[in-house]
Amino acid sequence: MKLRILAFGITRDIMGGSNLQLSVDNVATVGELKQELLRRYPALHGIASLMIAVNSTYAADTDPIKPADEVAVIPPVSGG
Amino acid sequence: MIDIAITDKPLDLALADKAAGPANGAITVFVGTVRNRTDGRKVLRLEFEAYRGMAEKEMRRIADYAQSRWPVRSIVIHHRVGTVRVGEAAVIIAIGAERRDAAFRACRFAIDTLKETVPIWKKEVFEDGEEWVQPHP
Repeated sequence: MKLRILAFGITRDIMGGSNLQLSVDNVATVGELKQELLRRYPALHGIASLMIAVNSTYAADTDPIKPADEVAVIPPVSGG
Repeated sequence: MIDIAITDKPLDLALADKAAGPANGAITVFVGTVRNRTDGRKVLRLEFEAYRGMAEKEMRRIADYAQSRWPVRSIVIHHRVGTVRVGEAAVIIAIGAERRDAAFRACRFAIDTLKETVPIWKKEVFEDGEEWVQPHP
C-alpha cells in the first residue's frame, strides 16, 4: 500500500523529506512500519527513540495502519 | 479558560495578562528563553519546528489534565516556531488560580510535560555547525 508519511527534526534529515509517499508491502501495524523504516533508513537506529503518530495521536506498535491515515515519524521531542 | 497557540511571531510577556481574572489570586508564569551557550559552545540562534496540529492537540491535553488535577482557572500555553534568537522566549506558560500552590504546581507540570510529549523540535545553530537537540532529562 501507499502511505503518506510526515517526518520531522532529525528524521526529516535522515529520510530526505518532510512529506513522503512510501510504497510498503506487508505493513499492517505501527510496529511493522517501524521495522520497515529502520530497514530502509538504517541511520534511524542512531536515534534514542522513534515514535509513530497516526492521525495526530501517539500510536502503539500493535495499532493498525490504513492507507488513508496520516502517519508521522516522531524523533525525541525537544520543545520548550 | 484555555488558550493554546503555536506561532512564528515573537512571544510577549504581556500574554500572562490573559491568565488574569477577578477570582484569581495568583498567576504563575514560566518563560523558556534561548541561552547563548550549550556545553561551552556559543549558540547563535535556535530553529524550532513543530508538527503543528498534533502539537496543539498535545498542548491542549496538558491543559485539560492540569485543570482536572488542580483547581486552576486559566491556562495559557504559547510556543514559538521558526528562528528564535538568544534571549528571546521560545515558550510562555501562564496559569491563573485562586491560590498560588495550584498555580505553581500546574505550571511546573505543564512545562515538564510539554518537554516530554509535545512534538516540537529545536536545532541549535553554532558558529561552526548545527545540531538537532537531544533532549535533556
